[in-house]
Amino acid sequence: MKRFLSVYAAGIYAFLYLPLFVLAVFSFNSSKFAVWRGFTWHWYLDCFHSQALIEATAHSLIIAICATVFSTVIGTLAGYSLWKRRLPWLTNSLYLTLLTPEIVTGISLLAFFQWIFRFLHWHLGLHTVILAHISFSLAYVVIVILARLRTFDPALEEAALDLGANEWQVFRYVTVPNLLPGIAAAALLCFTVSFDDYVITSLVAGVDSETLPMVIYAMARKGVNPMVNALSAMITFGLGALILLAGRFQKEESA
Amino acid sequence: MRRLRITFLTPAALVTLALFAIPMGIVVAYSLLSRGAYGGVVLPWTLDNYSRVFDPLYGQIVWRSLWIAAVSTLLCLVLGFPIALYIARAQRRRALLLNLVMLPFWTSFLIRTYAWMFLLRDTGLVNSALESLHLIRNPLPLLFNDGAVILGLVYGYLPFMVLPLYATLEKLDPALIDAAQDLGATPWVTLWKIVVPLSRSGMLAGGLLVFIPCLGAYLTPDLLGGGKSVMVGNLVQNQFTTARDWPFGSAVSLLLMAAVLLLVLRILGRREQTLL
Repeated sequence: MKRFLSVYAAGIYAFLYLPLFVLAVFSFNSSKFAVWRGFTWHWYLDCFHSQALIEATAHSLIIAICATVFSTVIGTLAGYSLWKRRLPWLTNSLYLTLLTPEIVTGISLLAFFQWIFRFLHWHLGLHTVILAHISFSLAYVVIVILARLRTFDPALEEAALDLGANEWQVFRYVTVPNLLPGIAAAALLCFTVSFDDYVITSLVAGVDSETLPMVIYAMARKGVNPMVNALSAMITFGLGALILLAGRFQKEESA
Repeated sequence: MRRLRITFLTPAALVTLALFAIPMGIVVAYSLLSRGAYGGVVLPWTLDNYSRVFDPLYGQIVWRSLWIAAVSTLLCLVLGFPIALYIARAQRRRALLLNLVMLPFWTSFLIRTYAWMFLLRDTGLVNSALESLHLIRNPLPLLFNDGAVILGLVYGYLPFMVLPLYATLEKLDPALIDAAQDLGATPWVTLWKIVVPLSRSGMLAGGLLVFIPCLGAYLTPDLLGGGKSVMVGNLVQNQFTTARDWPFGSAVSLLLMAAVLLLVLRILGRREQTLL
């Protein structure tokens, strides 16, 4: 049985990684089709020369960075307060945002923005995408921060209070430094979920705010395009590295 | 203390209210209104949008979503259980083995779906390989069917099954397994009579975590199912874009949310905090 399990496990890991690996290998294929014809950098160079891709990448980065900053700050503060005292309605609402199907989140935000536009002279654009991303990534931050706080000793805070620090000073000089690895991990997770999102983004983005996943989606729909393979390889590699980094931060003991 | 806590909580509460509760409230309102001539929403109030969901045309899509999600969840359970068991029983490097399962989940979902398009389409790797081996003459229709959608969903959400299963299996007392074997049970009997029944809570949690996103899936049926394999998620998207029938799209969304909530409350209701 043990042998069976090991072989089986190897099979599952292959199932999980092989498609991505094959995609990366074929991003260096000089043929457009899935038959190996020799090595080339061509598709990568194409990516870097495409104005549309560069613009979409810039949009994705702006959105992901803004959403990450806001979500991380707001989520850290909220996670800390929820750790002090539970507030079931807020916690449950946050969990609910995680369980809501993406398409439902997307259309509800679209309906909301369109409704707001009746009163404000706004239109869909980067700002609406950023707001949408804050709303779905906040829960990730709160969960990561709460998990981190479980290993945090409240006696440290009490000691600081006894020594005359006020609430804010305790938070600023005792808790936050201890939470930093968790905050960093949360920020990295936020960045990846924001950078990667297609479903919600495509609904609330304006005509002038196409993001990288939206471009990839359009290219994938259109048919064979090896540039998608090259892009996929770069993004998977980049996001994978960020996630490994986030894992590092999360694991790091507060010693 | 109080004041600091309120200051800290306000932004999150505002975000949740403005970007989750109010939008949902608007969807509720829209689902009860009528469709305007140019696609907006107009009075009068009506329940028609809800009754239309049970129209055979749409009912079929609902059923299809339910069975695709159910089959995908079952496959995830069957595929995920042994790997969770393997990781839970590994002597060392358990965290590494588990993270290796989780890692692909955090990378781009869109790209992981696209990877299967690359493998399965007519000019894709699988068909090209089979053709060059002279096993087939014409490409097999691997993409744009229910099978491809199920494959994509299983590939996408398998980590969600493995995580809770691992959590329960890891806590399982090894003495129980030793006892069963001392009493003469074969490994398979031990597995079936001891390990499987004791991991029921993990199976339920994993099943829930997989079934919910599968039921509301949009991207996977869109890309891997083509136009043929439409699920509820695509129906909603279509109503809000091409069909421009927001009231009906809202009603479908809310029924989807209701299904999700019902499942969560039924399965997790008793032990709320253990999942996340």
